[in-house]
Amino acid sequence: MRLEIVTPEKLVFSDEIDSVVVPGSEGEMGILPAHAPIVSALRPGELHFLQKGEATSLAIGTGFVEVSNDRVSVVTDMALGVGEIDESAVEQAIENARKAMSEKALPEDIAAASLALQKSLAQLHVKRKRRQL
Amino acid sequence: MANLRDIRRRIKSVKNTAQITKAMQLVAASKMKRAQDQATAGRPSADLLNRVLNHLKEHTTPEDHPLLNAKGTGKDLVILVTTDKGLCGPLNTNLLRLITTKVSKDADFITVGSKGRQAMARTGRKIAADFAVKDPVSFAETKPISDFAIEHFLSGQYGRVLVAFTNFVNTIRQDAHIETLLPITPIELGAKKAYLGSADSGVIANSSSGVNYGGYIFEPSPEEVLNVVVPQYVGSELYQMILESRASEHSARMVAMKAATDNAKQMIKDLTLDYNKQRQAAITSELLEITTAMRALE
Repeated sequence: MRLEIVTPEKLVFSDEIDSVVVPGSEGEMGILPAHAPIVSALRPGELHFLQKGEATSLAIGTGFVEVSNDRVSVVTDMALGVGEIDESAVEQAIENARKAMSEKALPEDIAAASLALQKSLAQLHVKRKRRQL
Repeated sequence: MANLRDIRRRIKSVKNTAQITKAMQLVAASKMKRAQDQATAGRPSADLLNRVLNHLKEHTTPEDHPLLNAKGTGKDLVILVTTDKGLCGPLNTNLLRLITTKVSKDADFITVGSKGRQAMARTGRKIAADFAVKDPVSFAETKPISDFAIEHFLSGQYGRVLVAFTNFVNTIRQDAHIETLLPITPIELGAKKAYLGSADSGVIANSSSGVNYGGYIFEPSPEEVLNVVVPQYVGSELYQMILESRASEHSARMVAMKAATDNAKQMIKDLTLDYNKQRQAAITSELLEITTAMRALE
């Protein structure tokens, strides 16, 4: 089964894998080879996949996943590996987002801040989990 | 006629200018390379989006999503992508001329780049918003622009959203271009755009031939998926257009600076010739004076 992860900026990952778990909008979704064709929306969260028995985690933003012909394609606006996440910058971003959510009155501003918060939390989640292992 | 010292001074100043333009040329060349690489790196994502939209098209109708729905009424909103700095040849001029001929007077503008903002302010056009985009461009910076455009389009204020940008053809040719961003017409959906290049990225193979998509599952629903995919599509399209403009800017600057450096070199040559001639003339006349004086003394 082939996994492709792309952002508008680059092709992040493209290789054969054994299985992948993506943060679908309706909950975590595991995909194994020969999965039925599906298109699902994604929410910010952790994507992890197994390649030759080795697990890798990525923090991803919003986007969608498409499965067809034994090919999993993830299109997202953010995809960061553990090494690419700067913990202090993320914490700062979380603080900023929380502040913006408590101050701003406009609903769209709150929605934007909440989205930023979710993305930051996803990054932090991936980073911290890796450290505990 | 200029005296020797004046010529020497001019040669020195032209040399300095040539050094600067040469440096700018080299900087622009490396930035152009990076911008082109960036544009190429974004193609897999564009290909993939196109493929998914092609599948989705068969399961949905334009009525399912407001961004696919052409209302055809209301003003135009133009996203004008220009450079922040000058010294890049006729790039901005060409684009702005296209604006004056092709865009109706009552259109509103979103400017990206200070040259466009200044020009629109000067000609008395209405600027709805101004966005600054750094170099190199990141998707995180262009996303708010497309979100802003989508939001205003959905509010019903505007009938169309256009993008005026410079299409990068090759190093010596960049074309000013106006493209419709919204509404997305169903025919356009999933079709390859000219500016995305005809070459396939090669990474993602096209699997749309001979496969039956009847069994597709949409989660949570086709409408919800469209809600995610379409804005992403619009965002990545705008990002690509801005990348094209950036690549154009740097190559135009490189070419302009190359011409400037060549001109300066020619000028130095001419001035040096002038300088030597005058120096020789001065020596000759000095010698003449000495000989005459000696003769007079004899």
